[in-house]
Amino acid sequence: MTHDRIGVRKTHKLFIGGAFPRSESGRTYEVATATGDFWSNASKASRKDARNAVIAARTGFSKWSAATAYNRGQVLYRIAEVMEDRRAQFIDEVMAGEGVDEAAARQQVDAAIDRWVWYAGWTDKIAQALGTANPVAGPYFNFSIPEPSGVVACVAPQASSLLGLVSVIAPVIASGNSVVAMASTERPIPAITLAEVMATSDVPAGVVNLLTGDPAEMLPWLASHADVNAVDLTGVTDRDLAISAEREAAGTIKRVLRPGPAADWDADPGMDRLRTFVEIKTVWHPMGI
Amino acid sequence: MTFDYAPAPESRASVEIASDYGLFIDGEFSPSASGSSFVTVNPATEESLSSVAEAGSADVDRAVAAARRAYDTVWGPMPGRERAKYLFRIARIIQERSRELAVLESMDNGKPIKESRDVDLPLVAAHFFYHAGWADKLEHAGYGPAPQPLGVAAQVIPWNFPLLMLAWKVAPALACGNTVVVKPAETTPLTALAFADICRQADLPPGVVNILTGAGETGRLLVEHPDVNKVAFTGSTEVGRSIMRTLAGTDKRLTLELGGKAANIVFDDAPIDEAIEGIVNGIFFNQGHVCCAGSRLLVQESVAEDVLERLKARLSTLRLGDPLDKNTDIGAINSAEQLARINELAKSGQGEGAERWSAPCEIPERGWWFPPTVFTGVTQAHRIAREEIFGPVLSVLTFRTPDEAVQKANNTPYGLSAGIWTEKGSRILWMAQQLRAGVVWANTFNRFDPTSPFGGYKESGFGREGGLHGLGAYLKTEAVR
Repeated sequence: MTHDRIGVRKTHKLFIGGAFPRSESGRTYEVATATGDFWSNASKASRKDARNAVIAARTGFSKWSAATAYNRGQVLYRIAEVMEDRRAQFIDEVMAGEGVDEAAARQQVDAAIDRWVWYAGWTDKIAQALGTANPVAGPYFNFSIPEPSGVVACVAPQASSLLGLVSVIAPVIASGNSVVAMASTERPIPAITLAEVMATSDVPAGVVNLLTGDPAEMLPWLASHADVNAVDLTGVTDRDLAISAEREAAGTIKRVLRPGPAADWDADPGMDRLRTFVEIKTVWHPMGI
Repeated sequence: MTFDYAPAPESRASVEIASDYGLFIDGEFSPSASGSSFVTVNPATEESLSSVAEAGSADVDRAVAAARRAYDTVWGPMPGRERAKYLFRIARIIQERSRELAVLESMDNGKPIKESRDVDLPLVAAHFFYHAGWADKLEHAGYGPAPQPLGVAAQVIPWNFPLLMLAWKVAPALACGNTVVVKPAETTPLTALAFADICRQADLPPGVVNILTGAGETGRLLVEHPDVNKVAFTGSTEVGRSIMRTLAGTDKRLTLELGGKAANIVFDDAPIDEAIEGIVNGIFFNQGHVCCAGSRLLVQESVAEDVLERLKARLSTLRLGDPLDKNTDIGAINSAEQLARINELAKSGQGEGAERWSAPCEIPERGWWFPPTVFTGVTQAHRIAREEIFGPVLSVLTFRTPDEAVQKANNTPYGLSAGIWTEKGSRILWMAQQLRAGVVWANTFNRFDPTSPFGGYKESGFGREGGLHGLGAYLKTEAVR
């Protein structure tokens, strides 16, 4: 008599500082497929996990922001390559999580991979598109260049679990920021798979940190955290939560991207996200003999 | 050897100050609805200069409505090339009336005439000139093929460079097609009111520029007004925070230019005499009432003694007194309130163990004054090394290596500006890269230009004023996706 093989299921964990820890709180929550079947228990990140992620992101930032733009482009392109290898897995996960058919899921995954390619090409052009040489009235070479803002906390879109997530974190890290991203609460599985891609794509530890759980629990701590420089509220669906986060962010004058109208993630992303998470530095260099 | 200078006061004859001023709304002056007003004084003499209307909620409503009407019917639809000509006109009128405006600024603010005449006013005119040229070229600025204005901008102006900060805000806003409601600082409303007259002379359509005088409450009413699309604020980080909280959940755009605690870093290979002048200009320019002031001197240990000795000798020659005297280097502190804050922080410096030295200068009997003051033996934990004093007080720290200089310079929640003094070009660029500050001056300090973007990192605010980047604060760009 033969038996059907019993599958080996994966424990889904957080991604902090290049490692995959469980939530320090020991908590998990049940993730269901779009049809309501049990899929997995995901880690339910706590405020302590969020703080640990900020520490990791700060460490990641010093290395990543000092990397050459060329190198960052290579790494972002590598992410696309490794994602391409896992294309089938991502398609399955998007289908299961978002309840779309295979063609639609494939389109989402392909767009997500292509988005990395697009931003990979941006890394060494941002300074040229957003930088200027300024003709001041005096003997100075005066120039302005974009620099990354620092550690950015993102709430990823709730519906678009993969393409939406990639669309918010790619522009943040393309310019040299590090990110603490909170994945879609009900559809977190593609985010964890993406974390596995990050872990194997030469992305320095701490540059991308992914948390699963309830943003309402983590966001207030991240928005008020003194070592977070910017907050992206794109995926916040609760208006009161967004307002309170923006208020908290005022404590240390963080850059805030407010939740906008429902985004079309398939459209050309444009430069606004890149522009939102950079600072413009202006240098007056003397001229003379 | 001492030099005695004969008094050389600039004539006040070019300035006519009315006994009272109304609010400038929809092209006309009118009293505030409540009839309330306040007095603006000359900080160098404590004499009253004029009585100025205090705008309340009904006045704010009226000004915003006028700005909205002008935006919808005149200024918004006007072709950029026509808007440009109004801005060119304004620039020219400012040049024509620059002496009058400089004297008025020095009387209301307390800054030396040589600064208002040689720095503020030329920059004010230059700002309008620069932005005038952008008005019909915005599609070439990198904000998309057809960038659109935001609508009505509420602009809250500080008291340290009253007319210059007005120019920094009004010129780009108008160039981009917005209309504005401006709230000048409570203690320095007069040049803004003179600007209203310049708008009249330029035949600027009514409602494009509205000026509401008042204090913090007027500013609060203005930024909270539901029909305002954009808020631009320059001032303290504390007020910036509260504005940001107020705007949470709205779709108003915001730019903030807030406090600073800039490091001015002197390396041992610096041209020392130039550096001394730069240190003086960095912190004693405009009585230190400068958000980007070089208030922390970081000097390399090997030259610290020499630098301090020369600095004190130089400071001893500075002339403090009548702002209208052409030989005056240090004018009056803008208000009794600000003087109290400077005194309080200076006292804390002594209390925490730093050593205080003040230039030996005579303090006039009337008015508000503070002598150029240097603290040595300052540690990074001292309040005078951490908090913005906004006065003529320099805190001196030392360092040994470039890494240590960077670490100390960046050890602040602020990030507005920084200075580097060295003869080595590669070191300038390396330092500039390491410093987390929006403006980095090398072998100079406190230099401004309309083409050069200005603004902070971290808690010094966000958004830029000036240059191509400054336009972004007044344009709708592509929707964020």
